[in-house]
Amino acid sequence: MKNENLYNYILGIADNSLVLGQRMGELCGHGPSLETDIACTNISLDLFGQVRSYFQYAGKIAGDDRTEDDIAMLRKEREYRNVLLVEQPNTNFAYSIGRQFLFDVYHLAFLSELQKSKDLTLCAIANKCIKEVSYHVRFSSDWVKRLGDGTEESSRKMQEAINDLWTYTDELFHQTEADKVMVSEGIGVDVTKLKENYYKQVSYLLDEADLQVPESKWFQKGGKEGIHTEHLGFLLSDLQYMQRTYPNMEW
Amino acid sequence: MTATEQNINDKLISILEQVSDPEIPVLSIMDMGVVRSAVIIDNIVKVEITPTYSGCPAMDVIGDDIKMALKHAGYESEIDLILHPAWTTDWITPKGRKALEDYGIAAPLDAEADKDVLLNEKRIVKCTNCGSQNTRLVSQFGSTACKAQFQCDDCQEPFDYFKCLK
Repeated sequence: MKNENLYNYILGIADNSLVLGQRMGELCGHGPSLETDIACTNISLDLFGQVRSYFQYAGKIAGDDRTEDDIAMLRKEREYRNVLLVEQPNTNFAYSIGRQFLFDVYHLAFLSELQKSKDLTLCAIANKCIKEVSYHVRFSSDWVKRLGDGTEESSRKMQEAINDLWTYTDELFHQTEADKVMVSEGIGVDVTKLKENYYKQVSYLLDEADLQVPESKWFQKGGKEGIHTEHLGFLLSDLQYMQRTYPNMEW
Repeated sequence: MTATEQNINDKLISILEQVSDPEIPVLSIMDMGVVRSAVIIDNIVKVEITPTYSGCPAMDVIGDDIKMALKHAGYESEIDLILHPAWTTDWITPKGRKALEDYGIAAPLDAEADKDVLLNEKRIVKCTNCGSQNTRLVSQFGSTACKAQFQCDDCQEPFDYFKCLK
């Protein structure tokens, strides 16, 4: 492939949306109320739509006959480059919201920078996605506040979720070697520069929600290099079931 | 970019106006502003459409419907999905906004007012049933990606609000 770095870079961005979209989609029919159920699946739909734009572009760059579906459905676990945060399970609604919130704040800042990319297609996709993601962040931060500042139980559960998920936040700002190449070419986003503002924004909102900002400095990473938590395999077996069972099937 | 910068062949306008959004049948895709260009090159119509939301499942259907409408009018066509410039609710025509309201979907407010509405700070989305301003946001996400759910506290009618996208 002529431009393997760019291809991998796009997959890195898209896999976050794909895996998070799948997680939110799992709530379809299982949301705590009809409205939140619809909201979570709406967010899932937005994310999948974004993934399609990225994968269609990646398919073009690959220059062979692989399609967006091949890229989404036919890779192995180690070939997915999403961050560990987005693959964490829907332990309870507070975890789903906490995961969404911790990703949304990053996602919005990331897309805002991606709009400045020298790659015009990525720029156009970012332009489109950022409008949708600004609604996501409104939804998730609203719920963090509602649960954090809610009853004793909702506050405890929200705090537990934030504490547990916190360990996956630092990876968002970790650069792989391929990322560095893309940044030097003016295509990629230098995520290390987003870190300070991210923790500032997240801390501000946790404070608003009457929650404690976790102090733990112990962080996990690996997703960007394909080293995942045990949860991704189960998620993929769900996601890929149809294509694995009936290869090449189409709707 | 504004809607006036669309590049649409005059001969094709009336054909494209017959194609409606499958989720909002009262709204033609022309009033929706999703058709960005339609030109005839070597007897083939090239149409460029832009999605309202990335994941909008209606886009594939809209593409097929355009092809079908053009075929009935005797044209072969190719549909291209373009992302840039990104669609905005500003491209909905005044006729389209009226059609939305008549259909029971509140039309998008401008961006700032929309933000206030969705943060539930102001109640300025008028009920499409009774016209009351005593309404409240039920959820930022509605029956389709482009809508939010509202309820009127006077007539109790639930209704959709077409979210502002800029």
